[in-house]
Amino acid sequence: MAEVLLDLQGVSLAFGGLRALEGVSFQVPGGIIKAVIGPNGAGKTTLFHLITGFLTPQQGRIFFRGEEIQGKPPHVIASRGIARTFQLVELFDHMTVLENVMVGRHRLSRAGLLASALRLPWTRREETEIMQKAWGALEFVGLADWARQPAAVLPLGLKRLLEIARALASEPELLLLDEPASGLDVHETERLGEMILALKDQGLTIILVEHDMSLTMEVAQEIAVLNYGKLIAEGPPRAIQRHPEVIAAYLGSDWQ
Amino acid sequence: MLTGLLNRWLLLALTCLAALVTIDNDYYLSLLNFIGIHTLLVVGLNLLMGYAGQISLGHAAFYGLGAYTSGILTTTYGVNPWLALLLGLAVGSLTAFVIGIPALKLRGYYLAMATLGFGIIVYIVLNEAQSWTGGPSGLSGIPSFSLAGLALDTPRRLFALIWLMVGLILALSANLVDSRLGRALRALHDSENAAASLGVNTGRLKLIIFVWSALYAALAGSLYAHTLNFIAPGSFGFMFSIKLVTMVVVGGMASIWGSLLGAAVLTILPELLVVFHDLEVVIFGAILMVVMIFMPRGLVRGILDIWEQQKRWRQGRLSTGGRSAS
Amino acid sequence: MNVLADLLQYLFSGLTNGAIFALIALGFGIIYNATTIINFAQGEMVMLGALSAISFYHLKPSLPLAFVGGVATVIVVGLVFERLALRPVREPTPLTLIIITVGGAVLIKGLAMLYWGKEAYSLPSFSGEAPLYLGTATILPQNLWVLGLTALLVAVLEAFFRLTLVGKAMRACAYNARAARLVGIPPGRMVQLSFGLSAALGAAGGILIVPLTMGMYDMGTMLGLKGFSAAILGGLGSSLGGVLGGLLLGVAESLACGLISSGYRDAVAFFILLVVLFLRPQGLLGGRE
Repeated sequence: MAEVLLDLQGVSLAFGGLRALEGVSFQVPGGIIKAVIGPNGAGKTTLFHLITGFLTPQQGRIFFRGEEIQGKPPHVIASRGIARTFQLVELFDHMTVLENVMVGRHRLSRAGLLASALRLPWTRREETEIMQKAWGALEFVGLADWARQPAAVLPLGLKRLLEIARALASEPELLLLDEPASGLDVHETERLGEMILALKDQGLTIILVEHDMSLTMEVAQEIAVLNYGKLIAEGPPRAIQRHPEVIAAYLGSDWQ
Repeated sequence: MLTGLLNRWLLLALTCLAALVTIDNDYYLSLLNFIGIHTLLVVGLNLLMGYAGQISLGHAAFYGLGAYTSGILTTTYGVNPWLALLLGLAVGSLTAFVIGIPALKLRGYYLAMATLGFGIIVYIVLNEAQSWTGGPSGLSGIPSFSLAGLALDTPRRLFALIWLMVGLILALSANLVDSRLGRALRALHDSENAAASLGVNTGRLKLIIFVWSALYAALAGSLYAHTLNFIAPGSFGFMFSIKLVTMVVVGGMASIWGSLLGAAVLTILPELLVVFHDLEVVIFGAILMVVMIFMPRGLVRGILDIWEQQKRWRQGRLSTGGRSAS
Repeated sequence: MNVLADLLQYLFSGLTNGAIFALIALGFGIIYNATTIINFAQGEMVMLGALSAISFYHLKPSLPLAFVGGVATVIVVGLVFERLALRPVREPTPLTLIIITVGGAVLIKGLAMLYWGKEAYSLPSFSGEAPLYLGTATILPQNLWVLGLTALLVAVLEAFFRLTLVGKAMRACAYNARAARLVGIPPGRMVQLSFGLSAALGAAGGILIVPLTMGMYDMGTMLGLKGFSAAILGGLGSSLGGVLGGLLLGVAESLACGLISSGYRDAVAFFILLVVLFLRPQGLLGGRE
């Protein structure tokens, strides 16, 4: 098995009296797709917020490529090579689809205030490169035709694809997808699945939070199951499907 | 797209030249000079408010700091006006930096209130520190700029200086918003979280643009001091900060060229209407409310949006895949 | 002994102003709790209350009638403001809401200037001008009216929120609007009510203070901003915090004015505001960030 890319060790977080995550430990080897599933409120999105620096764990440590990253601000973690999408899509609504993806290149380009204001020659070359890579990402998700439209006008399904394109433009090593299939129709979901697998084939490591079980089972090599903030099971999809605690957790609660 | 942009610059340059050649009336030239000075302020505030989405209700303070640094240094200490201008920039941006570090951690109402409070404090100090500032009656006898022995003390000569600065600042700003940093600014406005998740250091970026816009304001203030040769605190109060916000709103949030328009409209309007003086406050208030309620991106942008919407609607919902980038 | 008398004097005038700040702060808090909007026009309600009460008094010289008339007028203005300026907003982001309510404040102030002109108006004190002596410090009866009626208003308000069904519904709405809607509380109505209530509080503050200060079209801006500073100082949305913040601010301002320099009087409030915002933005009693 490939070396461990992301390593969570005993991560805990409570909001007031509510324990959102309790001693969660798991590892994500490089180059695989790992799914995190669990009923609503199990702590999946909280987990993403912790990995990407939007929240800080009260206990436990998170290692990315062997370096501790817990508690670091989001932009620092992003610059290390972790990109994400958001459960409630967070696009730059007043910018065009293409510009949204161009922001994804932020961490890989360097024009600062003065260089930008003076439009130094090298920044033009950088802009050209940003533009090309952004087009590439748009074409990959199939949104090139929408490039000049404001992001706000896209239907929800395409908005989710745009978020993925934007994250990909930052050339991450680890991509966190938070319910990418919600709001997508069957056809779109199928395409999404193919896309995720294609990304994995390119060597990208992906963590997927998803309620669509058929998609999850199809693409994931490993699944971690959270319930009430605790990791209750971990393993390959087949084992998870038969895991008694997982079955109990799902049947015993109203998940959609 | 590029030719369109070129045309705008050409148009601005030609208009300025034409104004310089044809207008032989000091009043009109002075009015244009004030439009220029206001444009500098509005472009800066627009970068902060329209692009980055960070409000400042105390922008007049940086304008005042620039003006008073220039005024005090030249009158009391006999400093050369050009050097005083540079020092004015330093004071304005340094103050913005110091205030900005704690203030920009705040959001929304809290930031509005912090900038407002800061603006009022500066205004009070300008009034009260009489031995420095001359108090409410102001500071007079501020020398004009001079260039190679030529005093820039007529509206015509000042016109050349001020509009050269306006052209420069517009160019820098237009470059800025259409760059990596400009996109990051707009991204920050729409979703701070998403911007951060892509590696944008949002805190630092806010501070950078705050200082940058204070720099424009200080520049405008210094130009104002050496243009009018007299300054008084009344020009730098809360109401002027609101006036600047109104100019941004009229010209359009996130529109560099709109800033020029907003500054022009709201500088000319009071001159056109004699009755306006009493109605000024009412009209500003009404503009702010109506535009923000119905066209949250500003007047010009709002009208453009409606126009574009109708165009799109007429074309049917067609995706325009114009692949050739600029 | 003179110093002590002076201090007492400052304390009283500070508490009097502070009581008005407290009423305004409570108004900010009520609207904030119902809508998370900061209504920058709140200060203008104070001015409107004072000036319309004076106008009513000129029509018929009865103070109770002027009080009721002034408060009623401002309640109507508050409700109209909510209906016309805030309900139709397309993009209710903090930025647009700030600009709209600031615009509203400026508009109301401008209209007041057109209607009342730029002169200062006075309203007689509620019970004579003969000062009371406390040692060597003097207290005007109006100071006592301000403190007493403010205390009464705060108590009535607290009782309203804690004991009546409507008050409880408003608190529920502030706590969780969605859940409140589920149990049948109409949030729109609660928002209206909050605007009416805070307008009434502002107006009452204005009418109470105007016999001491004279009333002018531009009196509201500073009072409003200081009221907001008081709300922040105490913790935005906390009613006890608002009262405490108001009184503290009033006293601090009055002491600084007397002991340091009267010119910097207004700067004190905003200096305190900045310090609180930078060091403890949740305020003295605020729990949530």
